Amino acid sequence: MASLWFWIVAAMVTTYVVLDGFDLGAGAIYLIAAKTNDERRRVLRAIGPVWDGNEVWLLAAGGTLYFAFPQLYASSFSGFYLPLTIVLWLLILRGIGIELRGHVESLMWQDFFDVIFSGSSILLAVFFGAALGNVVRGVPLDATGYFFEPLWTTFKLGPQTGILDWYTVLVGGMALVTLTAHGSYYVALKTDEDLGRRARGFALLCWPLQFFLTFSSLVATYFIRPDIMVKYGEHPVGILVPIVVVGSLGVMLWANPKGKEKLAFVASSMYITAMLVGAAFALYPVVLPARDHRYDLTIYNTAAGNHGLSVGFVWWTLAAVLAIAYFVFVYRMFRGKVRLGEGHY
Amino acid sequence: MDSALLIHRLHFAFTATFHYLFPQLTMGLALLIVVLKTIGLRRNDPIYNQAARFWGKIFGINFVLGVVTGIPMEFQFGTNWSVFSRFAGGVIGQTLAMEGMFAFFLESAFLGLFLYGEKRLTPRAHWLSAIAVFVGSWLSGYFIIATDAFMQHPVGYFAAADGSLQLASFWDFVLNPWAGWQYAHNMSGAAITGAFIMTSVGAFYLLSGKWTAHARIFIKAGVIAGCLFSVLQIFPTGDGQGKMVTDLQPVTLAAMEGLFQSQSGAPLVIVGQPNAHGKIDNPIEVPKMLSVLTYRRWNANVRGLDAFPKRDWPGNIPLLYYSYHIMVGLGTFFVAVMAVALLLLLRGRLFHARWMLWILMLSAPFPYIANTAGWMTAELGRQPWLVYGLMRTEDGYSKLVSAGNGMFTLLGFMGIYMVLGIVGLFLLWREVERGPVSGHESASNLHPATEAR
Repeated sequence: MASLWFWIVAAMVTTYVVLDGFDLGAGAIYLIAAKTNDERRRVLRAIGPVWDGNEVWLLAAGGTLYFAFPQLYASSFSGFYLPLTIVLWLLILRGIGIELRGHVESLMWQDFFDVIFSGSSILLAVFFGAALGNVVRGVPLDATGYFFEPLWTTFKLGPQTGILDWYTVLVGGMALVTLTAHGSYYVALKTDEDLGRRARGFALLCWPLQFFLTFSSLVATYFIRPDIMVKYGEHPVGILVPIVVVGSLGVMLWANPKGKEKLAFVASSMYITAMLVGAAFALYPVVLPARDHRYDLTIYNTAAGNHGLSVGFVWWTLAAVLAIAYFVFVYRMFRGKVRLGEGHY
Repeated sequence: MDSALLIHRLHFAFTATFHYLFPQLTMGLALLIVVLKTIGLRRNDPIYNQAARFWGKIFGINFVLGVVTGIPMEFQFGTNWSVFSRFAGGVIGQTLAMEGMFAFFLESAFLGLFLYGEKRLTPRAHWLSAIAVFVGSWLSGYFIIATDAFMQHPVGYFAAADGSLQLASFWDFVLNPWAGWQYAHNMSGAAITGAFIMTSVGAFYLLSGKWTAHARIFIKAGVIAGCLFSVLQIFPTGDGQGKMVTDLQPVTLAAMEGLFQSQSGAPLVIVGQPNAHGKIDNPIEVPKMLSVLTYRRWNANVRGLDAFPKRDWPGNIPLLYYSYHIMVGLGTFFVAVMAVALLLLLRGRLFHARWMLWILMLSAPFPYIANTAGWMTAELGRQPWLVYGLMRTEDGYSKLVSAGNGMFTLLGFMGIYMVLGIVGLFLLWREVERGPVSGHESASNLHPATEAR
């Protein structure tokens, strides 16, 4: 039962990154790719009806994590106290950046919220990547099952790590480039004319960086956690992950210049999925590694009681079917290229 | 008190109090917008759709502020109260996850359709999207209340070998009787906020001679709903909630009422200040009334604080006492104001009674104060427990998050929320100033029949 919930939470986090990832990426290129007020409004219109729903995947994943692995939720949320709080501030700022910009027709008002929206999107992408880096690298858990990490210590991988060290910053950079590319493909898919062209150009620019960072972060991971890479040797099915990663990078490179925006966007989604599933696959059954592996948090020592997990599976399935139905409905309603006109933003 | 404990309590109290300023209006308006849309659909009268659209705009701004201030709430259980989360997460994780899975997805999907999809949808589909938003926001309320109800009156759990609480019966937990009363009382309170705000804006328009046709609709809907829910707030929901406290948290009842000594035929203190010697200064009391309200008998014995060990008393008795009395006092005021307004409305004089319109307009802040005071009563009354009878508040916070780090984030939230508050008020005021109909619509669409009425 706990294994099932491990994969459910992993799937929800992946869904979150794929969905909210494109609106974070759209935010990252927003100030440069969208130059005129009309273009900026088109970017906001492209993500406007869906960003809040996308972000709900984060809340729902957080809630499901709390429900299925309360001890993991308690340890990790209090241990990552500072970065999580900063993420909350950024989410607040980003939400008002998107939603309140269009309420006042004033250049100053719009400039202000444009910078808030774009800046918070960029920082969020870096923080989410650094969070992934922390989860792979391991944190200073002790026998009590708790830890507390400052934002940074010496940027080296000592026993007392901070949230940011060279490895997590590297993963943060990879996340930023990945989501910037992802958002560019989305903007290219949803808009046309100059804006669409610039978005495609951005994606093209991201590609070599993304390739380089993917490769170097995998090498770095191999040096930091050689033990988890062993997993790929033990279970041959794991070989699918690098195949999909390389394959989707190839498809992105090929599809983007040909104007096959949908294919490029799907490939980017596949890439993100493969990277995250690959990380989950390597970690399982550990959910939060300790620097000292005796204190690893695993699905076995963090899961909620069995009865609760079984009951939860019933309502979770029902709710997930409903949620997917809403998403299909909303995305169909707002499908196609964005045109300005009705509504705000 | 340990300073880290104090910081973590202030952290939750501040962010929760500020957050709840928004959902109470969201939930109240969601209901009233459904009413307006329903009338608009049935009568095929554009003015009701204009009214619904206007309140939709207010709703949208308010909703955004509620969402962004709500996200931190879900995370704070883990960041600031990790020992509690580890202890109770096996149970309350259920409702918190269900809120995300059932309510947030529903709300977020249909809010976009409701706010921006009116031209793409048929009138009936748009009406349905308003209902979906209403259902989502009211469901969300239930899951949160059920979580709080477990902390007030834990049921449906068992203690596992490692000391943590785990779910024993899903239905016992979700259908906690405490949750039933608290939900009814809380949602009625939210509807009161919605009704008073709608009435207040209507009164403002009538007093300043603008948008009078729309203003009359706002006032009519607001006064009828306000009267209904103000009465429901006291009976049966307030009474039911009070009886739960009497039976399950008797020491809380004693502290709320300022009853220091146990006595039969206990009086109800209406006004007065609890002093350090365990007495009420300057009391105005109704003899024997507390016995009647709690046990329905004139001479029933009501246990005072002296009947309980001091370490089980709520920590801040004066604040609890005042919160409760402010809530009840304002609740009584709401019934009085709305009853008079309804009477005037029925006799066809309300729209010309400027004195009453002034009162209705100025009453807008009071439901916010009453709802906040109500929540303070519930949560201060639960002290010194985090989960009633099972975990004390001082044992539940994150031990490794120092007071210094806690204060850093508390100050950060205060700064951001101050900006949010100012921006929110500015935008809401702007929408009210602009009015329900934009320039070109008002010339062509104003309904002569409604205008004349």
